[in-house]
Amino acid sequence: MKTKSNIERILESGGFVVTSECGPPRGADPEVIRKKGNLLKGVVDAVNVTDNQTSVVRMSSFSSCIILKEMGFDPILQMVCRDRNRIAIQSDILGAGALGINNILCLSGDHQKFGDHPKAKNVFDIDSIQLINTVKILRDDGKFLGGEEVKGKPVLFIGAAENPFADPFEIRAARLGKKVKAGCEFIQTQCIYNMEKFTKWMEMVRDRGLHERCAILAGVTPFKSVGMAKYMKNSVPGMDVPDGMIERMKGVAKEKQSEEGIKICVETIQKLREIPGVRGIHIMAIEWEEKVAEIAQSAGLLPRPQV
Amino acid sequence: MRLNYPTNVKIVKVPCTGRVDILLILHAFESGVDGVYLAGCLEGECHFLRGNLRAKKRVQYAKKLLDEVGLGGARLEMYNMSSAQGQRFAEVAREMTEKIKALGPSPVKNRVRGVQDSRGQVK
Amino acid sequence: MIVANRKSLEEILNMLKPYKKVLLLGCNECVTVCAAGGEREVGVLASELKLSRAKDGQEIEIKEQTLERQCDHEYIDQVRPFVGDYEVILSIACGAGIQYVGEKYRTKIVLPGVNTTFLGVTLEQGVWSERCQGCGECVLHMTGGVCPIARCAKSLLNGPCGGSSNGKCEVDKDLDCGWQLIIDRLKELNQLDRYEEIIPVKDWTTSRDGGPRKRLREDLRL
Repeated sequence: MKTKSNIERILESGGFVVTSECGPPRGADPEVIRKKGNLLKGVVDAVNVTDNQTSVVRMSSFSSCIILKEMGFDPILQMVCRDRNRIAIQSDILGAGALGINNILCLSGDHQKFGDHPKAKNVFDIDSIQLINTVKILRDDGKFLGGEEVKGKPVLFIGAAENPFADPFEIRAARLGKKVKAGCEFIQTQCIYNMEKFTKWMEMVRDRGLHERCAILAGVTPFKSVGMAKYMKNSVPGMDVPDGMIERMKGVAKEKQSEEGIKICVETIQKLREIPGVRGIHIMAIEWEEKVAEIAQSAGLLPRPQV
Repeated sequence: MRLNYPTNVKIVKVPCTGRVDILLILHAFESGVDGVYLAGCLEGECHFLRGNLRAKKRVQYAKKLLDEVGLGGARLEMYNMSSAQGQRFAEVAREMTEKIKALGPSPVKNRVRGVQDSRGQVK
Repeated sequence: MIVANRKSLEEILNMLKPYKKVLLLGCNECVTVCAAGGEREVGVLASELKLSRAKDGQEIEIKEQTLERQCDHEYIDQVRPFVGDYEVILSIACGAGIQYVGEKYRTKIVLPGVNTTFLGVTLEQGVWSERCQGCGECVLHMTGGVCPIARCAKSLLNGPCGGSSNGKCEVDKDLDCGWQLIIDRLKELNQLDRYEEIIPVKDWTTSRDGGPRKRLREDLRL
């Protein structure tokens, strides 16, 4: 074991990991985080905290992680390259190490065009693959990017996201390979609706042996309604929702749609567990955290191993 | 045919409406005209293949400039007719004259001092 | 070439409000090719300004002049004999030219009539597209001749991100994904194996991040 990460511990023991996420509020009220945290107690092994997702200003991932840590969670600090240069990034990683944050998820970050401050200047000093490598160099070599020695290495379990449905599809496994080579130890995927394409992607991943060097946690998001399914299909970049799934949501009465969404999600998880190389599930119930426990229960993911 | 058309229409002959550039149109307004229209060949029948189509695009662009300037793009139009359509020519001349009369005189009439050409010479 | 875009007439009129005698300077280089600040655009802008002022019953005198280049002082010197006759200079050269004119006539106010936008190419008549950001350390030999700094919305050196869809960028459905272009070209060149290499963090000192840049060639200096 390299770190004190709960997910690393479970993976090392051959267990199946369950993670979820918590989106920080658009304000300074810590109670919002605590409330969301309470819904996930005993349901997940670690909680992602998003970093100004969709480029909308929110409470920082770092401080929200600390609030969850105080509640006994093992938070995953999401970090995007959009808003920080290598100086700020390394500084935050040292801070995370100092405050006992055990996991980091390295991302490029959505373009600011989609957010509430589209006129902002973006940074992108380094990219997500270089960020992965930065964490690894700090942790394993005890060196800053500038070459100087780190006094007191930050010990974080290194993760990244990957979208199996983005284009060009043929290089998606190769890109994951680059992430693994850079030092990535776990991957959380984009929400999976297109099982056929995901299965194909996993084949490519296994062909390269990447599933043995990096734990793949498959991402799922339940639909609340047919409207949400359509929105995900048409308006969220890099999302692949097959028409059949929209038809299935349409096929049930409006008041039964959220139930159907949960049902689809549970079925998806059951199918994903059968795919060789899938080491866990990442449940992203967007502003619907109260359903994570129900989904995990129905999918047979509970109880979680004791920390 | 001895057709009549309003005497206020002054004709500037060009080999093709493709010759008419934006500056030519703007200079006409600087010299005090109330409106300008281009009479090009029918679309698809340009002797130079695309001259009238290019003129059409330039007219659209110049209309925007006239809007920005405050004269209004409506003072500029593009018409297409063949050389055999004398009736149509007279009809368009009357139509455009009516339209410009309704808009009233150009607000810049006789106000632009020293109309210059692109070499800076006062005409 | 350097590509620029004419400012709106309204913005230019606002800048010119206090002035009656204007020296309007175009440039015969890049801004002529991209139809933003050459002799023709000088003529059109002058005409627009005169029409607009006349409509409001206000006077304006405009001297139209297009220099061979505004980024070389020999050409800027050509207006010295009469620059004093005008209250203000309105330049529609690129940002370099506008500044250099101001450096040469230090007591004259030089106003920008264009927004300088990018280093690019002519895709077809009337369409220009960005290609280079002048980062000072070219990586085109590694990326199939397509620049990830200029052509990826996030300047990712190891793209594409998860927002690449059907060859388009997440930022705009009409914008090509720079990394899709890189991968397509690597394939055409039989160099797709290059994609497996991680491009390390970039040294931005050669870019604007290192401060304003200067280039010197001793052998050419007089």
